[in-house]
Amino acid sequence: MIVLDRVGMTYEASSGPVEALRDISLTVARGELVALVGPSGCGKSTLLRIVAGLRAPTRGRVDVADHPVRGPVAEVGMVFQAPVLLHWRRVLENVLLPAELSGRDPRRYHERATQLLRLVGLEDFAAKRPRELSGGMQQRAALCRALLLDPPLLLMDEPFGALDAMTRDEMNLELLRVWGETAVDSPRKTVLFVTHSIPEAVLLADRVVVMTPRPGRIAATFDVPLPRPRGVETRADPRFGALSVRIYETLTADGRGGPGRG
Amino acid sequence: MFPSNGGRPLRDPVPGTGDPGLRAASVARAALDFSIPWYAHIWITTLEILGGFAVAGAVGVALGIAIAWSPTIARALVPFLVFVNTLPKVAVAPLFLLWLGYGLVPNMLIAALIGFFPVVINTAVGLTQIDDDLLDLGRVFGAPRWKVFLKIRLPNALPYVLSALKITATAAVVGAVVGEFVASQSGLGMVIVNAQTNLNTPVAFAALAWISIVGLALYGAVSLAARWLAPWAES
Repeated sequence: MIVLDRVGMTYEASSGPVEALRDISLTVARGELVALVGPSGCGKSTLLRIVAGLRAPTRGRVDVADHPVRGPVAEVGMVFQAPVLLHWRRVLENVLLPAELSGRDPRRYHERATQLLRLVGLEDFAAKRPRELSGGMQQRAALCRALLLDPPLLLMDEPFGALDAMTRDEMNLELLRVWGETAVDSPRKTVLFVTHSIPEAVLLADRVVVMTPRPGRIAATFDVPLPRPRGVETRADPRFGALSVRIYETLTADGRGGPGRG
Repeated sequence: MFPSNGGRPLRDPVPGTGDPGLRAASVARAALDFSIPWYAHIWITTLEILGGFAVAGAVGVALGIAIAWSPTIARALVPFLVFVNTLPKVAVAPLFLLWLGYGLVPNMLIAALIGFFPVVINTAVGLTQIDDDLLDLGRVFGAPRWKVFLKIRLPNALPYVLSALKITATAAVVGAVVGEFVASQSGLGMVIVNAQTNLNTPVAFAALAWISIVGLALYGAVSLAARWLAPWAES
């Protein structure tokens, strides 16, 4: 679904060129959930925007759905760290926004929007304005918005990073449920999920890609051997802890300047 | 037309003398003394205020949109607008009179001139204070620029514009009265000027009371409209 081939990105800053990404090569298969983990400033958000076609890399090649990326990629769902809902619109109208922006008739998506809101437990809040909702509920609405047009690719940029720990756990399970449930009638979505939380990455992903900062490079990639469906009990699996520790060691080892193990 | 006190002896001719209660009573009496054609004066001044308010709102929003749309326009326009806004309106009012003659129009323009600036600035700010992620979202869905403008930028700017219009409502009152001060045949500002010439303090204060009532009414109307148009905004 996604092929990144030696992608590099250098910004022109006032203090001179800044290399944000170096030599990123990564392939994400259709239906795979891949987590990008790394400290702040490792360019993982930039990488996500490069995949979406919102920023152009200065080196390398990006293919999405077998086509080289030259501009914004259609059929992508995006979820950001903040819900960025339009606060003058009601929740349902917010979920319908992608249909309007892409020139489709929003009335045709009414049913799907309502169905998505029901899936995340917001059906009673469809007529509320975003500010009447809690942070977690707003992020659920943003997830519905990203899923409205049923995009095959979902790009998530620390979507639960601003939530408190309990809500975050809840949202992780919610995401897995939605990811699994929407897969009943259609092929499972490809998800690229940026986070700086190791447990979150391990709980969600099929594969965890560890990145290191300045310039952002891939230090290591780990397959997550945990069975699906995953839930609260997954954390008790000894493999969960073992893998989390290995990822942590890779992150900190590289922070001291050495190469990653793994 | 001319605010006389009907040949009665001047009441409280020197401000600040006499019993405060009596002074307040004499102002109230003057304000409700309908041998002075208060309705006509209020009507004229209100027309000037409303006209000035409408012009300031329309021109202000249009200029704000132009500034937000193109950085080049912004660079060319903003210094000129700042210049216009810093002109002392009392000093330019006589010029308007020379160019446009007596009547409602010059006073409306002075009211508009005093009130338009906050609308320009707030419109431009409201249109550009958009989360980058939201604009990315627009690009992902291939939304044309006008659609992003219509569905995201414009509604985002509305509360900003409405709060600027509250300032404009009060500024337009000042502008209309300043215009009438310079030269006018009617209106509450003219009443004040004439009452001052006759040392008729109660009538001058009565006119001020009427001006503030008009101002409060307009401010209240704009606030109500704002709450109705942008119920999501925290005012």
